[in-house]
Amino acid sequence: MNIEEIGQEIVEEFSMFDDWMDKYNYLIELGRDLEIIDEKYRDQQHLITGCQSRVWLSAEEKEGRIYFKADSDAVITKGIVNLLIRALSGQTAEDIINDKLDFLEQIGLKDHLSPTRANGLSSMVKQMKLYALAFKAKKG
Amino acid sequence: MDIQNIRNQFPILSRKVNNKPLIYLDNSATTQKPQSVIDAVSNYYTQINSNVHRGVHQLSQLATDAFEEARKSVQEFINAKEHHEVIITKGTTESINMLAWSFGEAFIKEGDEILVSEMEHHANIVPWQMLCERKKAKLKVIAVDENGVLKMQEFANLLNSNTKIVSIAHISNTLGTINPIKEIIDKAHKLGALVHIDGAQAVAHTALDMQELDVDFYSFSAHKMYGPMGIGIFYGKEQLLNKMPPYQYGGEMIDQVSFTKTTFNELPYKFEAGTPNVGGMLGLQAAIKFLSDIGLDQIKTYEDELLNYATLELQKIEGFRMIGNSPHKASVLSFLLDEIHPFDAGTILDQLGIAVRTGNHCAQPIMDKMGIPGTIRASLAIYNTTEEIDALILGIKKTQQMFL
Ligand SMILES: Cc1ncc(COP(=O)(O)O)c(C=O)c1O
Repeated sequence: MNIEEIGQEIVEEFSMFDDWMDKYNYLIELGRDLEIIDEKYRDQQHLITGCQSRVWLSAEEKEGRIYFKADSDAVITKGIVNLLIRALSGQTAEDIINDKLDFLEQIGLKDHLSPTRANGLSSMVKQMKLYALAFKAKKG
Repeated sequence: MDIQNIRNQFPILSRKVNNKPLIYLDNSATTQKPQSVIDAVSNYYTQINSNVHRGVHQLSQLATDAFEEARKSVQEFINAKEHHEVIITKGTTESINMLAWSFGEAFIKEGDEILVSEMEHHANIVPWQMLCERKKAKLKVIAVDENGVLKMQEFANLLNSNTKIVSIAHISNTLGTINPIKEIIDKAHKLGALVHIDGAQAVAHTALDMQELDVDFYSFSAHKMYGPMGIGIFYGKEQLLNKMPPYQYGGEMIDQVSFTKTTFNELPYKFEAGTPNVGGMLGLQAAIKFLSDIGLDQIKTYEDELLNYATLELQKIEGFRMIGNSPHKASVLSFLLDEIHPFDAGTILDQLGIAVRTGNHCAQPIMDKMGIPGTIRASLAIYNTTEEIDALILGIKKTQQMFL
């Protein structure tokens, strides 16, 4: 599936919730389900700085696609990290660079990605796109 | 005291957040503004806006008079001896930077020592740190115990004849601790050291008297005492300020012809380069009137009751851990809930319309000392009620359930 299709799937999942509590309970669940990141990536080098909740991100390329792993010390942040990884990990550099993550707006979580929120998510997305740019440049 | 009547003066308190009535418990970050303050700023711009101290025309004269009257209101409010000891800045941060730079130029040399405490806000750490780097002076830090109380014995031990200045918060923004500033001032003076008090968290909660305290310098921000943002005060004793060089330059660039008097080299203008925030100053004056009309003693009594109520009730919650248990506290309730990350708790409380602050509160050293990444902080003001505390408690319980 491409990013847009995954985004649509996420929007459908969230459409089942009719109040904010259910939505946040689900995010907490997603946060807890996030695949545990290798301890070696939870270091200064992978840390996205300047946030209240800390976010760690690592990326690798396999056969023209980029795979991300990430973690956070706050569960809600981790829940959103889970969604971002689900949408962006395993996609091509081109798609990652160009996608606008519209699904977040549709599920009412766009605010969480605002650069003025100190949760590190906006920097994380920026970092993901930078990785994609770097891989693309390397490939030439 | 009629709290409902006080609440009614704050238009923002009747708005909703996330479709819930706003419960504003982030008063240490900034307080809300009563209508009288909003009106004072608005009236300034609708009636007398013009630049001060320079025009000969009517409006400029009106603005200048109003501005200088407002300075006198501040003087009276903090009982400073002279009105020119009241320097107008943009806030506490600028006041401390001005002090650290200007005092440093005049008085600090290699080997001198400067004392701060572990509970300081970054604004009362970094300017001193930079000064020490510039002048090869030493920054010494007074430790805080596990309850968040300043170790006074350690203070006495650190104080010596090399100590040039002691700079301490009146009230900690993270722990709520009220420091024994009179004792600190007296002890420092005995050894020839001067004292600056960071009063950012104190002005809205306790009456101030510069002469009785005999403090050398005192800083605060209008926006934390119901006044506008972008205006603050730096108080200093005249004889000290006279020995200190200006922090910024710019007054000289103005055309001499439009001066009615050339007073820029005198206090307080020597420290007020550029066009000041006149509207903000008139807002501060209105905030002072708001505080004085209620009376700071009344305010303190009410807020202490509220703080005691909140402290007692919050501590009944399982998994609640208060950070900062000084017997002398004001306004601040900093805490952790079980293993819940403060950011997660803050996010859920926000959904419930409850505004609290989370994080390290610009006081990273004290967080490191306590071994925690940050806290959730509820901070009180005169318009908060026991019903709001009850709502916070319910919100906390709901939050805990969600992360169970
Ligand atoms: C103790 C203390 N000092 C200094 C400051 C800085 O104040 P301002 O941001 O108004 O300059 C604050 C604000 O949070 C504070 O709480």
